[in-house]
Amino acid sequence: MAQAARDGVTGPAGVPDGGTPTAGGGARGTDGPDAARRAVEATWRIDAARIVGALARYTGDVALAEDVAQEALAEALVAWPRDGQPRDPTAWLLTTARRRAIDAFRRRAGRDERYAALGHDLGEGEAHAGAPPSDTVEPDLLWDPDRIEDDRLALIFTACHPVLSTEARVALTLRVVGGLTSDEIARAFLLPRTTVQARITRAKKTLAAARVPFEVPPAADRPERLGSVLTVVYLIFTEGSTASGGTDWIRADLAREAVRLARVLDRLVPGEPEVAGLLALLELTAARFPARTGPDGEPVLLADQDRRRWDVGAIRRGRAALARATAVGRGLGPYGLQAAIAEQHDVARSVDDTDWEQIVVLYEALGRVAPSPVVELNRAVAVSMASGPAAALEIVDDLAAREVLTGTYLLPSVRGELLSRLGRRDEARTELELAARLCGNDRERGVLEAKAAALGGSS
Amino acid sequence: MTKYMLIMRGTDEGQAQYEETDFSEVIAAMGRYNESMMDAGVLTAGEGLADASEGAVVDFSSDTPVVTDGPYGETKELFNGFWILDVASRAEAIEWAKRAPLSGPGTKLEVRRVHGEEDFPADDEWIQKEKEWRKQLGTE
Repeated sequence: MAQAARDGVTGPAGVPDGGTPTAGGGARGTDGPDAARRAVEATWRIDAARIVGALARYTGDVALAEDVAQEALAEALVAWPRDGQPRDPTAWLLTTARRRAIDAFRRRAGRDERYAALGHDLGEGEAHAGAPPSDTVEPDLLWDPDRIEDDRLALIFTACHPVLSTEARVALTLRVVGGLTSDEIARAFLLPRTTVQARITRAKKTLAAARVPFEVPPAADRPERLGSVLTVVYLIFTEGSTASGGTDWIRADLAREAVRLARVLDRLVPGEPEVAGLLALLELTAARFPARTGPDGEPVLLADQDRRRWDVGAIRRGRAALARATAVGRGLGPYGLQAAIAEQHDVARSVDDTDWEQIVVLYEALGRVAPSPVVELNRAVAVSMASGPAAALEIVDDLAAREVLTGTYLLPSVRGELLSRLGRRDEARTELELAARLCGNDRERGVLEAKAAALGGSS
Repeated sequence: MTKYMLIMRGTDEGQAQYEETDFSEVIAAMGRYNESMMDAGVLTAGEGLADASEGAVVDFSSDTPVVTDGPYGETKELFNGFWILDVASRAEAIEWAKRAPLSGPGTKLEVRRVHGEEDFPADDEWIQKEKEWRKQLGTE
């Protein structure tokens, strides 16, 4: 980096770190390695999927595309402080990455004629492969406006391919679609950076070994493959919105990353009720984040939240997405139904004002399309609000008798709450204490312990 | 994610030049720009403002608000519209701003962070009051 600064020939390239911004904000308006790093990261954030998608289409190799894109990012960190930020930073990165791809093909060409042909095609019009990219980029043969959307979509499907482990899908999606750095992903998941890098490397090897084609899946595979994509986005959101471990109750940045991915997907795949449904669910859930934590970071339950703090813009966007999912006319799927439940909460002025009967109906519908003990448990909570704790306890006791949801804090926490409302204090305390023992999140455990303690000692 | 507002500012001179441009081209360029931000999942709101001469200014300098028709004072810095973006960083907001299809003397985009929850005390008076009410009502 210091070498780059000394080599600077034009403008403010020699200015030390954090140097004064120069007038104009144009091509030469940023200087210093820090400013360059921020500019590189911002460009990557915005255009990672388009860059990697376009490269993957031309090389037919997502792993190589990601490698050469990373090389281009590294080169930008040296070149931009030295030469100034290019007028079109995305085209610069794409051109540089393409040259690295050509280099790679030429290295492989000796071993494989197939690569020689590809290297020749890609190198068309290039003076020589090692030339530094110019500031002005001619209309790029990689940049086919009619293909960009398809390329991004193919990239998303590839990153979420079923041959990959769930962890690998999440990491690769955040990296190549979300444009996060390994550091950012590591911070979000409380993992060492090397672990994230290893996951991405392994993921790329797995894709190559399985010869996964770079394409939008054919219609027959579409529903299943789309399901995998939606699951990945949903998992990123839930990891952020109810952190499964650690001391933070929510890691909002990670959850908002998922909202952004869902918005991208909603634009790329219009007319799919579950895509719009997932976006609606995430917007309508994230809308409540501002009220979900108290002054000391402790969780605030729905009933106690200050609803004036809910994000009205997010509620509006979520409801609009839900209306689009409904308008498709094929009925709502699991995400859409969960969004409809979230909507009922988001439009209610208070717990008492909430249409609990409607929520019970929605949980019944959800139980039909996606039966699960967790849905039953949530239905029980809604029933307790609509018809009282006794009716709800029957559902919960039935779940307990079927020995489902054992080992999680969810069932005992709900059962404890219902028993408490029925005045069965000793049983309630036992259940809540059990729930606290089973709870992995420190913050949430604190709430359960406090509830148990509030029921007093053995009587 | 943080919200940033891109505030479009212009001058009479820039405005005049802008008006000479083919209106359908302006609409198309702006549409493409907005669409690119929609596609990236960052655009959450945005509006363009009608001519400042149609507007009015309410001035609070004196005890009673004074209303004048038209733009505020000299029209060196007209506020012409805004976008609100949900982005990862200030640098990303700036990068989006640089991509706006704007031109003309004095035409500027100001990039400002929108206040988030973290900027306000979580234990403000009204929330404290509500906690008291809950105690009184036995709903805590």
